[in-house]
Amino acid sequence: MAAAAYTRRSTWTQIALLALIMLVCVFPFYWMVTTSLKTQIVALESPPVWLFEPTLNNYREALFEDGVFRTLLNSLIIAVCTTVLALCLGIPAAFALARFEFRGKKDLWFWFITNRMISPIVLALPFFLIARNLGMLDLHITLILIYLTFNLPIVIWICTDQFRSIPYDLDEAARLEGASQFTILSRICLPLAMPGVAVSAIFSFIFSWNELMFGLVLTRTTAKTAPAMAVSFMEGYNLPYGKIMATSTLIVIPVLIFALLASKQLVRGLTMGAVK
Amino acid sequence: MRGKVSRKTIFAFLGPSVIALALIGIAPLLYALWTSLHFFNLTKLRRVKFIGLENYGEVLTDGAFWQAMGRTFYLLALSLPLQLALGMGIALILHKPGLTLLKTLARLSLVLPMATTYAVVGLLGQVMFNQKFGVINQFLSPFGGGSINWIGDSSNAFIMIVFWDVWQWTPFVALVLLAGLTMVPGEVEEAARLETKRWWTILRYVQLPFLMPGLVAVLILRTADTLKLFDMVFTLTRGGPGSSTELISLMIQRVGFRAFDQGLASAQAIILLIITIILAQIYIRVFYREV
Repeated sequence: MAAAAYTRRSTWTQIALLALIMLVCVFPFYWMVTTSLKTQIVALESPPVWLFEPTLNNYREALFEDGVFRTLLNSLIIAVCTTVLALCLGIPAAFALARFEFRGKKDLWFWFITNRMISPIVLALPFFLIARNLGMLDLHITLILIYLTFNLPIVIWICTDQFRSIPYDLDEAARLEGASQFTILSRICLPLAMPGVAVSAIFSFIFSWNELMFGLVLTRTTAKTAPAMAVSFMEGYNLPYGKIMATSTLIVIPVLIFALLASKQLVRGLTMGAVK
Repeated sequence: MRGKVSRKTIFAFLGPSVIALALIGIAPLLYALWTSLHFFNLTKLRRVKFIGLENYGEVLTDGAFWQAMGRTFYLLALSLPLQLALGMGIALILHKPGLTLLKTLARLSLVLPMATTYAVVGLLGQVMFNQKFGVINQFLSPFGGGSINWIGDSSNAFIMIVFWDVWQWTPFVALVLLAGLTMVPGEVEEAARLETKRWWTILRYVQLPFLMPGLVAVLILRTADTLKLFDMVFTLTRGGPGSSTELISLMIQRVGFRAFDQGLASAQAIILLIITIILAQIYIRVFYREV
């Protein structure tokens, strides 16, 4: 009897704690979305109000008058291009690391992975000067290239693992038929490795889409990314909180969808290089 | 023989990646090394000149630089134990049998914070922690803390940074540890539960060995990410008030792009890089000794 009561109580405790976890994780998003639906007057009420008449004005103004739409488009172009480029470069490299034997393979692997540890500010300084000298500031291509510093390692890392999990017998059989390594990759291994490729593409997209510092330093107007735009609202005294939260919502929704799609692999991807 | 291919094939597959990473990852570092040896101010570009190690001397003897470095590690020292303790608790709750649907929902909601754009976390912080119309002060007002100045006060601002870092990365720690817990073979755990009712004993003697790789990963990644942390703090406080939340990457950004002293900032960046490499080496020596 006592044991049953104990279990029941502990089940309720578990339910309460799980609810608390969810509440803490989700509440900031709730607050972000509701604030984005407030007019400036409602947003500045003290203490904050929870019930009000929602308006989509912030979204309309931010998107079409302040140019957030264009920065979202820039972010999209940059994230998609850098992801495609990282996949094109990274997939063959991952295949080679998974399948070929050669000297210095371990060192090469280690070098790819350690890019994860380097602080982006270390690269931002020289990259800014180089881009300035080459007249490449404020161009999409500049961000597309620099984002490869973190996208390429993640693609290589995830895809190498994926290729390793494909049985080697398939390669062998194809080679006996006279297939080249390139044919083996493109016809046999790549179709089987699609799950890993998709996950690494999602990662590459999320990382590029979320990035602020390079966007801030390397762009001004034409290639300005959405996070950099959101930050530029923060200047001045009378901050347009509704608009800032509307922009934030627009930035966050795509990554949250992608993150939920890849939720099983997200943790593994983030531990890149640190777990064997 | 398995995996024997010609050099040409290897180069065709690996060359593009290696060249690309060398061009965008290593060449800029060499350029930063060059800049760091020069007087290089963006507002006085006519006067760029070689000054040897002068920038390094200035950085190494600069109290503000070491304070920013100390602040960065202080943040790590405050938030990492919190993340580990809370993450461990969450992992244990999620590992307990039963309530499958609720646990799945909780796991999904844990994914949200760590995918959130860092800059947006900072903006959310601005809105939620606002002194007058922030929701945090509204929550605190029944407890007599209704008008705390979070953003404008040095130590409060730092607490706020810790809060958001913990909010964003505790889920990560929790899910890494949960993955470790599920590695414990079911029979072993059940046998242990027949022996003792105390969760602490089970955690310490049965589960901990399986958690070690995850804990090491968390330690390494949180250290690296704290040294890299820029976006969230920049949008939340810009390093202020004063320099109370100016972490190392914010300081380098300010010196390089707001004070325009690229030479000095490059020297700071190179020293940061050296510290990162030394720490990585220490971690590898300590934790991956067997390799």
